[in-house]
Amino acid sequence: MALIYFRCIRMNHLFLHPSSPFTKKSGVLFCTLQASHAQVATQVNFQNQGKQKEKSIQTATKKTLEHHKHGYEAIIGIETHVQLSTLTKAFCSCPYLYGTRPNTTICPICMGLPGTLPVLNSKVVEFAVKLGLALNCELSMNSKFDRKQYFYPDLPKGYQISQFDVPIATKGFIDLDLPVEFGGGHRRFGITRIHMEEDAGKLLHSETGSYSQVDLNRAGVPLLEIVSEPDMRSGVEAAEYAAELQRLVRYLGVSNGNMQEGSLRCDVNISVRPTGQSQFGTKVEIKNMNSFSAMNRAIDYEISRQVLLHREGQSDQIVQETRLWDEAAQKTFTMRKKEGLADYRYFPEPDLPEVVLVKEYIDEIRQSLPELPEAKRRRYEKLGLSMQDVLFLANDNNVADFFDAAVENGADAKLAANWIMGDIAAYLKNERRTIDEIKLTPKELSELIAFIKNGTISGKIGKEILFELISKGGTVKSLIEEKDLVQIVDPATIGALVDKVLAANPKQLQQYRGGKTKLQGFFAGQVWNCGSFAILLVPCDEGIQG
Amino acid sequence: MYSIRVSPPGPHRFAFFAGPKPSLCGERVSARRSAMPSPIQNPRFLLYHRCLPLHFPPNPFPFPPNPRRLLHRSTAALSPQPAPAPQTLTSAVPPSSEILSIRESLLSRRKTAAEIAAEYLDRLRRTEQQLRSFLHVSETAMREAEEVDGLVESGAELGPLTGVLVAVKDNICTADMPSTGGSRILGSYRPAFDATAVKRLREAGAIIVGKTNLDEFGMGSTTESSGFQVTTNPWDVSRVPGGSSGGSAAAVSARQCVVSLGSDTGGSVRQPASFCGVVGMKPTYGRVSRFGLMAYASSLDVIGCFGSSVVDAAILLSAISGHDRLDATSSKHEVSDYASQLVSLDHLESKPLKGLRVGVIRETIGEGVDLGVMSSVQAAASHLEQLGSIVTEVSLPSFSLGLPAYYILASSEASSNLSRYDGVRYGYQATADELSSLYGDSRANGLGPEVKLRILMGTYALSAGYYDAYYKRAQQVRTLVRKSFKDALDKNDILISPAAPSAAYKIGEKTNDPLAMYAGDIMTVNVNLAGLPALVVPCGFVEGGPAGLPVGLQMIGAAFHEGKLLRVGHIFEQTLQNHRFIPPLLAET
Repeated sequence: MALIYFRCIRMNHLFLHPSSPFTKKSGVLFCTLQASHAQVATQVNFQNQGKQKEKSIQTATKKTLEHHKHGYEAIIGIETHVQLSTLTKAFCSCPYLYGTRPNTTICPICMGLPGTLPVLNSKVVEFAVKLGLALNCELSMNSKFDRKQYFYPDLPKGYQISQFDVPIATKGFIDLDLPVEFGGGHRRFGITRIHMEEDAGKLLHSETGSYSQVDLNRAGVPLLEIVSEPDMRSGVEAAEYAAELQRLVRYLGVSNGNMQEGSLRCDVNISVRPTGQSQFGTKVEIKNMNSFSAMNRAIDYEISRQVLLHREGQSDQIVQETRLWDEAAQKTFTMRKKEGLADYRYFPEPDLPEVVLVKEYIDEIRQSLPELPEAKRRRYEKLGLSMQDVLFLANDNNVADFFDAAVENGADAKLAANWIMGDIAAYLKNERRTIDEIKLTPKELSELIAFIKNGTISGKIGKEILFELISKGGTVKSLIEEKDLVQIVDPATIGALVDKVLAANPKQLQQYRGGKTKLQGFFAGQVWNCGSFAILLVPCDEGIQG
Repeated sequence: MYSIRVSPPGPHRFAFFAGPKPSLCGERVSARRSAMPSPIQNPRFLLYHRCLPLHFPPNPFPFPPNPRRLLHRSTAALSPQPAPAPQTLTSAVPPSSEILSIRESLLSRRKTAAEIAAEYLDRLRRTEQQLRSFLHVSETAMREAEEVDGLVESGAELGPLTGVLVAVKDNICTADMPSTGGSRILGSYRPAFDATAVKRLREAGAIIVGKTNLDEFGMGSTTESSGFQVTTNPWDVSRVPGGSSGGSAAAVSARQCVVSLGSDTGGSVRQPASFCGVVGMKPTYGRVSRFGLMAYASSLDVIGCFGSSVVDAAILLSAISGHDRLDATSSKHEVSDYASQLVSLDHLESKPLKGLRVGVIRETIGEGVDLGVMSSVQAAASHLEQLGSIVTEVSLPSFSLGLPAYYILASSEASSNLSRYDGVRYGYQATADELSSLYGDSRANGLGPEVKLRILMGTYALSAGYYDAYYKRAQQVRTLVRKSFKDALDKNDILISPAAPSAAYKIGEKTNDPLAMYAGDIMTVNVNLAGLPALVVPCGFVEGGPAGLPVGLQMIGAAFHEGKLLRVGHIFEQTLQNHRFIPPLLAET
């Protein structure tokens, strides 16, 4: 492909402020934008208005939030963009890999060069149908693509291919269980619609803020936009909604759902109204939250901010705007105020035929769906597991599969859950690995549990074996035999070993007898080293003491 | 990969004919072909190749009695056929295929590709000063021709367009030449890829001779709104060649190239073909891939063909047609070898179109149409009748709605398609201090007035609050137009109409009256709204210029019936009496 030169351009970031002059360089790769500090300006403005409010919000704890909210109700709706993990982009054959060098995964089509045309990647439809079914939606048998038109340097064609009035899926819902530490409880939130669209490129702002560069690697990457009903009432609910979506897309294999990489992006709409009022308050949009906990905090902050304005009779200061979450300052600030509704001049995309689904296609996809998180949680609940266990196991599809396989091999559900949530989870966390990367198989875990249960080995030995199995693999049986780890329960045998150790360490024995009881550990260790690890510590200790 | 047969007895041939198969006459076809002269020759040499001069009795009155038509007929009778100089020499020589002639020359080693290319390029150079039909002429054409000669020497199989010089409208991307779409905003733009149609041309052996002038991004009917130059009409250089594919039409008319590619959104192939006296083929929407065609109105755009004979247009169409995985709107409908289904003149029986149902679109014959054009079309209808077809009038009730609907839809799509020309990534870029002026100034300075006019109209039509009244309504009209064509084509094999309401007019005549200019598209836009194929064949002359001005007959067929149109057009062209469509500019040089 011909080398494409992006020339430097001078521009005003976010159209807000005229910027200072900027020297034009020709032949430089990527176009550059002049960024102004609009955010800072508006932020200062805001701070002047209500420094005190700021402070009180910032110090607001959970309790005070509840106190603040008293008499008010927050209405929260979320628009989520999920980047699909298709091999190629939505309308061309470019791959997309997060973190590749700027403008290396682009082609004339995703750059919007004259004469190029989009051709739909059928995987995008498949993934949309999968998610639509998983979110209990009605699927549109005939949907179409539309063009959403606006000018921005990261949008190469001057329009985004999206779906407007006929999205591929509508009217669904999502079920979830709130974490125990937040009080628990089951929730069902409505899904308004799911539609397919393409992502735009990315602007990389320079450190000095004097220019920005356009990276089109992400341009044309397929997205599903999921719009929720305004059913959420708190930061926790919103964060859990997003977490459940992440779980779902990961279960389905349609996206890696990674928030840090921007594969899962949530825009939250929040309004506050006095309890009992049917009319909605003014809606504020919040962006730029990189984790579920940030979502939780950003929303609670925003609710407090709005409630406070209501309380102080300044509800007219809540304006329709987009605010960004500042993780460092733990607050939201104005990004841009909306001046009326943007007119995107949507019209049907003439370059793409209608998307027509047939029943057989949908049925085939329906049958291929894995067990989804909600079904899994209900099933685990029936196994008698605690909600904490249920939530942990069902959180990760691979963990759940591991657990299921272990139980299928006869492991006791509760014990298997304990092992997985305890030592295995700790190991995975320390080593930064996933459960499908370790050598331990579910079958061996169930064997291990069985050996402990029938008393062949102790729990402690079991742990040793577990780590061996995780790092090196093998079977429980062979490890026990190989290392002669069968538990010695015969007190006579243990007694003989103890005598031997005592005889070999007369000095220490004397000290011990002199009152240096700390040496008990030393003797135990010596006995341990005598040949066999598999000695129950209790009889051993008894031997020393005896 | 392709083979061109002039007149094989094929299963598809004359599928709609009721009569007996045409019989052979005189010498063998192959012998006739080998004796075929070079494409541009003194017409007198062509005379003795003529095998069977068909004679037709005087026109019987073809239509049911209609006072309006009677008037037209009398007018036609009153205005004598202009008799340009070449025509006096040759009373009736049907156009022959230049492509087949070149092929024959190469295969028989009578001429080298280099000689042929030199001949065309020489003529191109001599006429270009007056015509200005090219925005860019290939620097490698001669070298490519020499490579073709090497290929011929090696005895390799030759593609159907081997050694054929093809001109390409400048809104179709070529990797080795600039592609501006006739716009200053793409003044320096060179695409990174060949359009699929161009790629297929090259695969068929064609030599791309250059990029032809057009109205900016195809928006116009004269080439006057080109960002660079105005092309003139080879029949009268004070007149427009039509548009937007004016450059491609003029280039073929003046034999600056053998055949050419144009694009047709609302008549941009057919109207200039009519103005320049060449054959213009607008295929079914989706027949030819649009990949690499700079989009004007995506749901209407098609790439079309120009040739000096129907056979050439047919060969060109076969080469570029077919599904393309890079264009989701391209059809998987089977592509036939259109040229192989055309019979040569000597094989024609006396009523070769026996049983063919031809509908004359009533709404295209009447007020607003030049009398000379009308009489030419009526004469053409009589001619078709003499060939055995059944000619009747047919009404398309939604016809007049097509024009406003077309301008709303085309402008709406254009306003979107042209958003990408923002000065950020390629093309003209204004010097500006901030983003909105960068966009504003680049577009204000880079785009011409006609383009801006249509972007504004389209933006307005798509705006919130107006969408239903304009865009949506126009789409409803489109559905009506489609339906009325379908009804008419259920009852008829083809529909005919003038290709334009007038012959070529003077440069500057309509530049200040956009509505008059738009009204000139009335004959053609409905066909685009319905997505149907249409063929324009020169059918007569009206007075004007040094040698009269050509008039084209538009034949419209059902979707993917290009083969039928080409067969009818071929027979029409081969049997047309007393007309030769060699422009005076060519006779002079």
